Amino acid sequence: MNKPSLAVFKFASCDGCQLSLLDCEDELLKVAERVEIANFPEASSRMLPGPYDIALVEGSITTEDDEERIQEIRAGSRILICIGACATAGGIQALRNYADIEQMARDVYPQPAYIDTLATSTAISEHVRVDYELHGCPINKHQLLEVILAFTAGRRPRLARDSVCMECKAAGNICVMVAQGETCLGPITHAGCGALCPSFGRGCFGCYGVKEQAEVESFFTFMRYERGMTESQALAAARSFNANAPALRVIASDRKWGRRREDSPE
Amino acid sequence: MIHWTAEQLDAFVQHLHAESYEVIGPVIRDGAVTYDAMEELPVGYGDEQEAGRYRLTRRGDLSRFGYNLGPSTWKQFLSPPSETLFHVREDLIHPVVPEATKRAFIGVRACEMAAIEVQDRVFLQGDYREHRYEQRRQQLFIVAVNCSQAAATCFCTANNDGPAVRSGADLVLTEVNPAQPWYLVEAKSDLAKALVSKVGGSPATDEQLDQAHAAVEAAAGQISRQLPRAGLREALFEALEHSHWDAVANRCLSCGNCTQVCPTCFCFTTREEADLMNDEVSHRRVWDSCFTEMHSYTTGGPIHRKTRSRYRQWLTHKLASWEDQFGVSGCTGCGRCISWCPVGIDLTEEVQILRKTK
Repeated sequence: MNKPSLAVFKFASCDGCQLSLLDCEDELLKVAERVEIANFPEASSRMLPGPYDIALVEGSITTEDDEERIQEIRAGSRILICIGACATAGGIQALRNYADIEQMARDVYPQPAYIDTLATSTAISEHVRVDYELHGCPINKHQLLEVILAFTAGRRPRLARDSVCMECKAAGNICVMVAQGETCLGPITHAGCGALCPSFGRGCFGCYGVKEQAEVESFFTFMRYERGMTESQALAAARSFNANAPALRVIASDRKWGRRREDSPE
Repeated sequence: MIHWTAEQLDAFVQHLHAESYEVIGPVIRDGAVTYDAMEELPVGYGDEQEAGRYRLTRRGDLSRFGYNLGPSTWKQFLSPPSETLFHVREDLIHPVVPEATKRAFIGVRACEMAAIEVQDRVFLQGDYREHRYEQRRQQLFIVAVNCSQAAATCFCTANNDGPAVRSGADLVLTEVNPAQPWYLVEAKSDLAKALVSKVGGSPATDEQLDQAHAAVEAAAGQISRQLPRAGLREALFEALEHSHWDAVANRCLSCGNCTQVCPTCFCFTTREEADLMNDEVSHRRVWDSCFTEMHSYTTGGPIHRKTRSRYRQWLTHKLASWEDQFGVSGCTGCGRCISWCPVGIDLTEEVQILRKTK
């Protein structure tokens, strides 16, 4: 049986997620036994033509050229897997979605006319059908291996969409929110990092995006009314790696939010 | 009944080490009292707790058991959060044999002892015995402690699970006079009697018995939260469509913390993990929670899709259908789910409202 071919594509991103594949070091040779690494410019200048069995897509859509290229990649890939916060939610560069892009270009560049960009940074899934999304900023290499192996074996990846708290408690960490009063996005954040930040005594930034059934508004309402979080602190917490994730937009967009704790019926 | 000085208690812990016990007890770490492998008992630590809040404090005394409960539970040793059960290689199952270590738990509180007995029913009752749990239980020596103070989140008295240890322990201690503590020692098992005799101590006087009794009474008097059990099961089943579930769902994050710190919650899931070449598959058991999506997943999707439904499942199981399933309540009043809920949801408050109104 021919090995399935794997290609890695990049859009607006820092390359950190595709580096997770190279970071597999010990496992990389075995991965190469399972898949034909056909197109991975970060690793090799040998590029085999498509179509490909598996495409790993990193980065978000920020230009008109991106919009066309992702369509071609989709058409030339049997399975398309998004990796990282940029590809799954628009990434940190989606902060532009809440700002005036022309004003920003004028503020930053001496010749803003050379800047050719869309006003928004958006997830790959807003443009094409996506077969799987692997979250994180950056992604976790063990999860990436699981995803690649699962798709080459024709099964679903076994990755939980639970809260970071589930991993944090299993690791035996002391909750930094309860015991230290830290702000920690763990209760609304997608697991996968192994509770990395709380394991080092600080709150979760939410770089893995929101978990399934994430109670984002409940969390921020509690923080605001019972823990003294200011609106600007809430905005800063929501506007980071996954600012454009649909579930975070209610906070990140600075619309009216926040139910006061409902009075219990007497 | 024996009287021990603090030095004799410390000597007893060292004696357990000398007898090759893996001694697990209170360890101060990252701003909390946790349970872990320990050398000697920490001295003079306490805690302040409220819904969603825990702070480690220094008591300024010589108490060994002046703290209440931290986020650790003994279940993490009897039924660990992650454990590989077997590997499959070349179509053969290769079991992973659990460790055969003599263990001593030091400082098991009454509510925790009751919780261990609840989990005994879960894992050891009926036709299917969990042999790993059984082996760990058989190798276990339990040094329990009657509480001589209570946290604001405690409510063991609601189910008569504390503050005095009811049953199940090998040895029961009561700490008296934390400034210069001494201990009332009750050896319940033959093994405990043999181990205690190695440390000595003097027979407790009637006055000392009275003082120890008064210390535990004082702890009971400090308990402020209530969870009356009479008629609770029926009341919760009648309240299944109560509007208050929506109010709780507006605050609950479905994060699962309450279930992970609960000393009786036992849910687990299993994962098959293939190696890179698909040559070997490991079968691993990990803690799960009724607040996760996959917990209630059946073909077509999860049954408990929304937070309202997950919270209701947890609370009604814990306090009502648990009785049908295991013959006891699933709650021993330790209050961990109150302290360690990141948004401070207090089941005693929620139950009050669910019982009071429609």
